[in-house]
Amino acid sequence: MGIRKAITGAQAAAEAMRQINPDVVVAYPITPQTPIVEQFAAYVADGIVDTEMIPVESEHSAMSATVGAEAAGARAMSATSSQGLALMWEIVAATPGLRLPIVMPLVNRTISAPLNIHCDHSDVMGVTTLGWIQIFSENAQEVYENILLAIRVAEDRRIQLPVMVNQDGFITSHAVEPVEIFDDAAVQSFVGIRSLERSLLDTEHVRTIGAMALPDYLFEAKRAQEEAMGNVFQVYKEVGRELSSITGHAYPYFETYRLDDAEAAIVVLNSAAGTAKVAVDAMRGRGKKVGLLKPILFRPFPYEEVRAALENIPAIGILDRSMSFGACAPVYTEIRSVLYELDTRPKVQSYVFGLGGRDILSTEVEAVFEELLTGELDSKRQRYIGLRG
Amino acid sequence: MKEIYEVRMHGRAGQGAKSGSQLLAEAAFKEGKYIQSFPEYGSERRGAPTVAYTKISQTELRSHEPVLHPDAVLVLDFGIMRSIAVAAGLQEQGILIVNTKVCAADIQKLAGFSGPTYSIDATSISLDLLATDTPNVPMLGALIKLTGVVRLESLESVLREHFLPKLGEEKVRKNIEMLHIGYDEVTK
Repeated sequence: MGIRKAITGAQAAAEAMRQINPDVVVAYPITPQTPIVEQFAAYVADGIVDTEMIPVESEHSAMSATVGAEAAGARAMSATSSQGLALMWEIVAATPGLRLPIVMPLVNRTISAPLNIHCDHSDVMGVTTLGWIQIFSENAQEVYENILLAIRVAEDRRIQLPVMVNQDGFITSHAVEPVEIFDDAAVQSFVGIRSLERSLLDTEHVRTIGAMALPDYLFEAKRAQEEAMGNVFQVYKEVGRELSSITGHAYPYFETYRLDDAEAAIVVLNSAAGTAKVAVDAMRGRGKKVGLLKPILFRPFPYEEVRAALENIPAIGILDRSMSFGACAPVYTEIRSVLYELDTRPKVQSYVFGLGGRDILSTEVEAVFEELLTGELDSKRQRYIGLRG
Repeated sequence: MKEIYEVRMHGRAGQGAKSGSQLLAEAAFKEGKYIQSFPEYGSERRGAPTVAYTKISQTELRSHEPVLHPDAVLVLDFGIMRSIAVAAGLQEQGILIVNTKVCAADIQKLAGFSGPTYSIDATSISLDLLATDTPNVPMLGALIKLTGVVRLESLESVLREHFLPKLGEEKVRKNIEMLHIGYDEVTK
């Protein structure tokens, strides 16, 4: 049993970082990530952690310094949102190839323009091809636990890849909710200390990190990276089981909610999944068989397992909080792809919602379920929830 | 109490709608309830209209949607009712509490609400005790008196936890006093 606190998603991320007590944290404040860094800076100033915190002049420098520290052998973390992620993109893209297991909370906010500080997933969906492991969190509790899980997955010898732990800007990051914080000693024993095995400062085993690789070698390096990504499923399960012994919670690749006998299902990431659960309960209360699938591990994507969970659902609505202009929306793309191997495929419908922080109401999710149950779907046309005009 | 009790606070940035919403949620949390507290963020600047929500429940709160049908609405700034429909979605059996010296009938006319309406001169209370216009705490005292949504002692203890490290014993005492004055003085 841990201690229950009333804290925000941002504070939950900072609590996880306090328990991890990284060697180095480098960050530049950006709304709505700022309260993570503020809270963590207070821990540093109060001597609660012995992290070396480096304030820098931009996110490009933040990720550069995080990479430098991690390459040296430190456990280094940063945190960002939206434009911050955009500015650090060059180094973010390099991190997986450098095989540096950096864990970074990402507080999802729309990418400008128009300028807007609120939630959607256009920041993370712009980096899902880069080779970071991507984990999504419905609420502050999941943010906290996913960050602990991420450290061990990232640093596992079979992985050595960076992880972003996503939470919805403001909706999760700035809302106060009950969060159970588990025993410091138990969590610290779980996260352990990063092995220096591959570090630059291991002078017994001199190595180069960030070497140039021409056409004769780069391809093999990238293939090795893909191999490590494939190992994530196994490691995620193992580490999840270990974390379960502290938290009592399970760490599946995705969560299903009242899905077993469902005639219609919704697939949606992050906080909207909580709102969708309320809609599922309301519909079930009226005798409508509907359910939910909430992806948690988004990179790598567990195609086989998601397929097994969805194959018998007649109609599936996929709700995306970002667009892929001129193409299918990102989550929709994955689910369509999931269903390809089936002989009889469910009907699917793509919905876009919540851009720039537009609210999603449980009644709107109920309306989507009603539409799915009519079967009048068009897999080639994207529909919009809560859009004017 | 209904399954989820929902409160909406309207104010102007700087008056403490966000922290008031959080103080109330934390008091309920102390009593073992599930809670959510969050503000609507706009372009924050002092004096701009703000709104913050508190949800209090016996069961886990999963939805992250805003409060559209509040059980209680607290208005920290009287003038805001000229531009914001503060009573929108307010349940018929819900209550409206406004920081003002104006009588209930005039408030109802301005707010377009015919249900139970109460006023409390929370600005004067906070000006007297703290010399600032931070009406949130006396307003919470009024809410507790009228609804019993949390216990007075729970909120006192939250005030102590929040303000003691930042503001010191003197200000904590004054905040608790404001809470009690709001509780005692709220009128129909």
